[in-house]
Amino acid sequence: MIDAVGTPQSLLILGGTSEIGLAVAERFAATRPLRVVLAARPSQRVDEAAARLRGLGCEVSALAFDARAPLTHAEVVDKAFADGDIDVTLVAFGVLGDQERAWTDLDAALELAEVNYTAAVSVGVLVGAKLAAQGHGSLIALSSVAGERARRSNFVYGSTKAGMDAFYTGLTEALRPAGVHVAVVRPGFVRTRMTEGLKPAPLSVTPEQVAEVIVDAVRTRRELVWVPPPLRYVMSLLRHLPRAVFRRLPV
Amino acid sequence: MMQTRQRTLTGWGRTAPTSARVLSAQTPEAIAEAVRTAGQRGILARGLGRAYGDAAQNAGGLVVDMTGLARIHSMDADRGVADVDAGVSLDTLMRAALPFGLWVPVLPGTRQVTVGGAIAADIHGKNHHVEGSFGNHVLSVDLVTADGEIRTITPDGPEAELFWATVGGMGLTGIVVRARVRLKPTETAYFVVDTERATDLDDLMARLSDHDDDYTYSVAWFDSVTTGPSMGRAVLTRGWAARREHLPRKLRRQPLRFDAPQLFTVPPVVPSGLLNRFTARAFNELWYRRAPTERRGEVQNITTFFHPLDMVGRWNRLYGPRGFLQYQFVVPFGAQDSFRRCVRAIAGSGQVSCLNVLKRFGDGNPAPLSFPIPGWTLAVDIPVGRGVAELCARLDELVLAAGGRVYLAKDSRVDAETLARMYPRIDEWRKVRAAADPQGVFTSDLARRLAL
Repeated sequence: MIDAVGTPQSLLILGGTSEIGLAVAERFAATRPLRVVLAARPSQRVDEAAARLRGLGCEVSALAFDARAPLTHAEVVDKAFADGDIDVTLVAFGVLGDQERAWTDLDAALELAEVNYTAAVSVGVLVGAKLAAQGHGSLIALSSVAGERARRSNFVYGSTKAGMDAFYTGLTEALRPAGVHVAVVRPGFVRTRMTEGLKPAPLSVTPEQVAEVIVDAVRTRRELVWVPPPLRYVMSLLRHLPRAVFRRLPV
Repeated sequence: MMQTRQRTLTGWGRTAPTSARVLSAQTPEAIAEAVRTAGQRGILARGLGRAYGDAAQNAGGLVVDMTGLARIHSMDADRGVADVDAGVSLDTLMRAALPFGLWVPVLPGTRQVTVGGAIAADIHGKNHHVEGSFGNHVLSVDLVTADGEIRTITPDGPEAELFWATVGGMGLTGIVVRARVRLKPTETAYFVVDTERATDLDDLMARLSDHDDDYTYSVAWFDSVTTGPSMGRAVLTRGWAARREHLPRKLRRQPLRFDAPQLFTVPPVVPSGLLNRFTARAFNELWYRRAPTERRGEVQNITTFFHPLDMVGRWNRLYGPRGFLQYQFVVPFGAQDSFRRCVRAIAGSGQVSCLNVLKRFGDGNPAPLSFPIPGWTLAVDIPVGRGVAELCARLDELVLAAGGRVYLAKDSRVDAETLARMYPRIDEWRKVRAAADPQGVFTSDLARRLAL
């Protein structure tokens, strides 16, 4: 159960090697060690993450999870909930890829669509059903400001995030009567493995900063948050710019 | 098929909402049937929802709204015994008992609690130091147990262990459907009250230590925001049930008359932050100054003396949409230093609290999970916000180190390990519960949070 001051007892990270996901786990564990389920493709990175969280006093289990194999998702989600209620679930997997390849190479385009959108919808449906049955819980979807208005430079990624963002925004309403809190998180440029080698955009943030906002959203049951928070106003402005102007922006 | 409705529930503090199917029960048989068919996520009774935290919630499961099971079966004026359904509120019971010259022996800070809830939380009132908690006055309980049977259990009968596990057992041993409660005789519905101010915490504790047992009822409101030499300044109100001759002539004609004014009800939408550092400081100052330095023998009515908060409907909304929590703890006599450190931690935390109650407890009862133990108890209401978790964790440490505990009916955030250390008899309780309910049919959000 998530208590009155927003401290959970269990956490499921779909995309268990996500730097943001692990930063969230560490932040929760600093208040009180909790049970963590890492769902990811088996790798040394998962083992290292599990060891690190165990070092903080957490009880950690790892589940093999492949975002591109939606037919296996039901079994993964069943296993994740087999040891008891899950208080907080993070949908933290995603790929960025090479954006020029992404709109010219079919395989690259499909990978982005399948991982960032199809799989996000798939786990949203499955986890949503589990949370509705347990009557409580927080489901946090990591969207992106890239989905708010597609830019020439990364519109394939942006389009997948726009889709998952809309899905989870709707899920927020659909699951509210079941006592379930859904939050959509829209970070700007996050300095992680995924963005390594790219030039950081203005207002770029660290995974720890994203984690801080996520933990706060669980506490306050806020449903839509930006990281850093002022991006909300920047994006509001960018969304309304005429195309001719937007196209010429150096972002 | 049972008629249920999906509802999102919270406690009085309006934190941590969860959803459950709610069944409005009208008969004990319907409840027994619901218990037998409860399903995976179990079943729990809910009364008027005055527990602050998650005690009356059962996420994803079944919750039985007990307020429909509310008949007073009999009132024996000679022997002073009321036989009532569990959903009867103490307000209803008090109104029904007064014309017979009978008084509910234990009343908490509100009358809006059910008899079932009063037993499950083993509530206490201002008279705990002389008359004990609610469970001390219960003669028998009809309990629907996990097998779907209705058993009558008593404090010293063959199932005394189950009785005392049910008292203070937070509804986890079964569903109380009916109880016989001992009432005490009274001549009037009024109280003779002495009011005095204490200039600081030491003065307050000295005054309470010296004369408390002279009074049936005793409680202190203290200032929780002022630090420095005046830290813990307080207003003590202590008194007895008034006899007929204490009343002014005007009241003597109808000495048992009672009205409960409700001045207004707080609307559903209140902005967050209405209660802030500034307003709380002003309130604390005003409440202290308002009280006379000393006044003896004043006649007060029930609402003024017992339940000033009942004058405002839904006052819990004043804390805004994020809700609030109440931290109530007790530390044994002799742990005055820890007690002082707790008060200092609260006053110095910058958290705002207006409802600050301090009292001396008397002896506890045989119930393993009953909250009161002989010592000092203190309760503060704090709106949920930044720093609250840290303050409460700090208080947990101080309370634990002093051999004290927090009150489950108020709690909404302690962790399982801390709780187990606060209640050393918890395994005794677990054993009785495991025997009565091996599958854990009766469960709650609180039980899940605390691994009870």
